[in-house]
Amino acid sequence: MELTTIWFILISILWIGYFVLEGFDFGVGMLFPVLGRDREAVMSVGLDGEEVEAAPAQTGETRKRVMLATIGPVWDGNEVWLITAGGATFAAFPHWYATLFSGFYIPLLLILVALIGRALAFDYRGKVDSDSWRARWDGVILVGSAVPALLWGVAFTNIVRGVPIDADMEFSGTLFTLLNPVAVLGGLVTVSLFLTHGALFLALKTDGPIRHDARAIGLKVGLVGAVLAVVWLAIVHAGTGNTQSWIVAGLAALALVASLLMASKAKEGWAFIGTFSAIGLAVTSLFVALFPDVMPSTTEAAYSLTVINASATDYTLGIMTWVAVIFVPIVLLYQAWTYWAFRQRVSGHHIPTGVALAARTEKQRQTSGADPAH
Amino acid sequence: MLSAYFILTANSFMQNPVGYINNPETGRAELTDFWAVLTNPVQLVTFPHVIAAAWMTGGGFVLAIGMWHVWRVKTASDDKPMYRKAARLGAVIVLVGGLTTAVTGDTQGKIMTEVQPMKMAAAEALYETVPEGVGAPFSILTVGTPDGKEEKWAITAPKLLSFLATGTFDGEVKGINDLNEEYQLAYSDEALTAAADYRPVIPVTYWAFRWMIGLGMAAAGVAALALWALRGDRPLKHRLWFYASLSVFFMPLFANSFGWIFTETGRQPWVVFGVLTTSNAVSPGVSLFEVALSMTIYTLVYAAAAVVMIGLTLRYAKAGAEHVDEESFDPKHRADDAPYVFTY
Repeated sequence: MELTTIWFILISILWIGYFVLEGFDFGVGMLFPVLGRDREAVMSVGLDGEEVEAAPAQTGETRKRVMLATIGPVWDGNEVWLITAGGATFAAFPHWYATLFSGFYIPLLLILVALIGRALAFDYRGKVDSDSWRARWDGVILVGSAVPALLWGVAFTNIVRGVPIDADMEFSGTLFTLLNPVAVLGGLVTVSLFLTHGALFLALKTDGPIRHDARAIGLKVGLVGAVLAVVWLAIVHAGTGNTQSWIVAGLAALALVASLLMASKAKEGWAFIGTFSAIGLAVTSLFVALFPDVMPSTTEAAYSLTVINASATDYTLGIMTWVAVIFVPIVLLYQAWTYWAFRQRVSGHHIPTGVALAARTEKQRQTSGADPAH
Repeated sequence: MLSAYFILTANSFMQNPVGYINNPETGRAELTDFWAVLTNPVQLVTFPHVIAAAWMTGGGFVLAIGMWHVWRVKTASDDKPMYRKAARLGAVIVLVGGLTTAVTGDTQGKIMTEVQPMKMAAAEALYETVPEGVGAPFSILTVGTPDGKEEKWAITAPKLLSFLATGTFDGEVKGINDLNEEYQLAYSDEALTAAADYRPVIPVTYWAFRWMIGLGMAAAGVAALALWALRGDRPLKHRLWFYASLSVFFMPLFANSFGWIFTETGRQPWVVFGVLTTSNAVSPGVSLFEVALSMTIYTLVYAAAAVVMIGLTLRYAKAGAEHVDEESFDPKHRADDAPYVFTY
C-alpha cells in the first residue's frame, strides 16, 4: 500500500477517535444547564401506605460536579486526538493543512478559543467558592462545548462536499460559502449526536437520579439526531458518495437506531456502544467518500487536493510511520488504562462537600477548634 | 521535556535550517536528513538553555511563595520551617538553573555568531565591524536616543562582545552595516530571499537582549541572597524581602519572554534564515482583517486568563499549604462510596 494511502487512513482514524471520544464530553458540557438543575426528591407510596423516598433530592451543583467527575479524568486525553490529527495532517499532507487552515481560518479560530475557554472553565470553576464565579464558568463550559460541536459538523460537511479552491490550491470562497444549508445541517447533526452520546455516557457512568434523567434525555435528543443524521448522510453521499460509503453510512444509521432501542430497554452499556459506533461509522463514511481527494474543489475538479498532490515526501512519511507504529499503541494503552481506572459509576455521595479553599479553611478551623493545643 | 525538544527542533530549524533540500520540481523545502534536524547545533544548545530557564521560572515560583511565608507575620510559626525548606529548594533551583542558562546562553552566542552573525551584531547594536585584534566592547547600560542609534552615556565592558561572540577577547565581530551589504549580495537575487533591508529592528534586539540577561542575573542574585538569609532558622524581617519575593516571581518569567522576543525579532526579516523571508511566508489565503481579528481575540483571551491565573495564584499562596491527613489518601482505608479526595 502507498504511504500516502496509509497516512490518509491513519488521519481518518485519528479524526474518528477524536469524534467518538470528545463527542461525549462535548455532550456532557452541553447538557450542563439541562441536567445540572436542582431536582426534588421523588416520593412513592410504600407497601405499608407510608411515603418513602424513591430518589433523593439533589442540588444542581452536586449534579454538575457528578457530570464533571465523569469526564474529568478523560476529556483532555480525548482532545489529544484532535492535536494529533492536526499535527499528522501538517506533516503528512502539508498542502491539505495549508488550504484548510487558511480557508477555514475564522471557524477554526472560534473552535480554538472555545476549547481554550472550556479547558480553563473545567479547571477554574471549583477554585473559588462563589455562585456567580461558578455560574460564569458554567456558561463558558456550555458555549465552549456547543461551538466546537456545531462547527466541526459544518467544517467536515464542507471538506467532504468540496469548497471553491483555485489552481494555486487556495480557498477562494468566503465565510458565507462555508455556512451553506447542508453544512449547517451537518453542524446540527454533530450537536444532536454529541448530545445523545454525552447523555448515554452519563447514563452509563453515573448512578442515582441523574442516571435516569440522562437516559431519558438521550432518548429524546437521539430521536431528533437520528432523523437529522439520516437526512444529512443521504444528502452528502448522494452528492459525493460511492457504494462503499453508502454501506458504511447505512451501518451508522443502523447503529444509531440500535443504540436508541437499547437505551429504551435501559441497557446503558450497549446504548453507549451504539452511539460510539454510529458516530465512528458516520465519520468513516465521510472519509470513504472523500478518498482519494482530501479537499475536493467545486471550482474545477482538476484543482482538487488529493492524497498525491497534497502529500509530503516518502522520506517524511516513512519516518512518521515509524513514529506512529511505536507511539500510537502506547497512547492507546495508557488512555484505555485511564478509562479502566475510573470505571466506577459516579454518584452524588462521591462529591466532597464544599469546594477548594472554602472547604479547606473550614476543615482547618474545625481541627484547630477541636484541638486548641494544636 | 520531550515536547520542548520537538518544539525547539522546529524553532532551531528556522534559525539554522539543516537536513533539507530545496526541490525545484515541487518548489518547496523537503526533509532529507531527520537526524541532522534533531541534532542541529543550534538545537543542542537552545534546548538546555530553554529547559534551564524553565527551571528558573519554576524555582522562582517556589522561592517567591516560600520566602514570602517565612517573612509574613500572619503565617503560623509551626508552618514556617516547611516554607523555609521550600524557599531554599527554590533558591537552589534558580541558582543552578541560572548558571546553566548562562553557560548554555554563552555557547549559543558563539554558535549564533557563526550561523546568524546579524543577530549577534543586533544584540549589541554594533553597526561597524570591529576587526580582529581590537576587541569589541559590550555596553552594559546605554543612555541614548530612544532608537538606540546615538549614544549619550554608557557603561561598557571592554572587549566583552568579542569574548561573547568568538570566545577570544580580540576576535573579529562583524557590524550590522557590513553584514547588510553581504546579505544583499548573497540573497537579493532570489524571489523568496529578496529583501530591501536585512537588518532586524535594532532597539528591540538591543534592549530585549539586555533585559533577558539582566533579569535572569537579578533573579539568580535574589536567590543567592535568599539562600544566605535563610540559613539556619534566621527570620526574615525587613520589608525588602517582600519585594524580593514579588520580584523573583516575575523576573524569570519576563527574562524568558525577552529571550524569545530577542531570538525571534533578531532573526528578522527571515522566517527561515537564508531560505524564506517573513513577507514571503504570509499565507495568500488569509486577509489582514482575519489576522488582526485573531490577534485581538487571542490577546484578550490570554490577558483575561493571565488576570484570573494571577488572582487565583495569589489567593492560594495566601491560603498556604494544606494540612494533609495522609491516611485519608490511602486507598486501603477508603470505602468505594467515600467522597473523592480530588475532583473538579
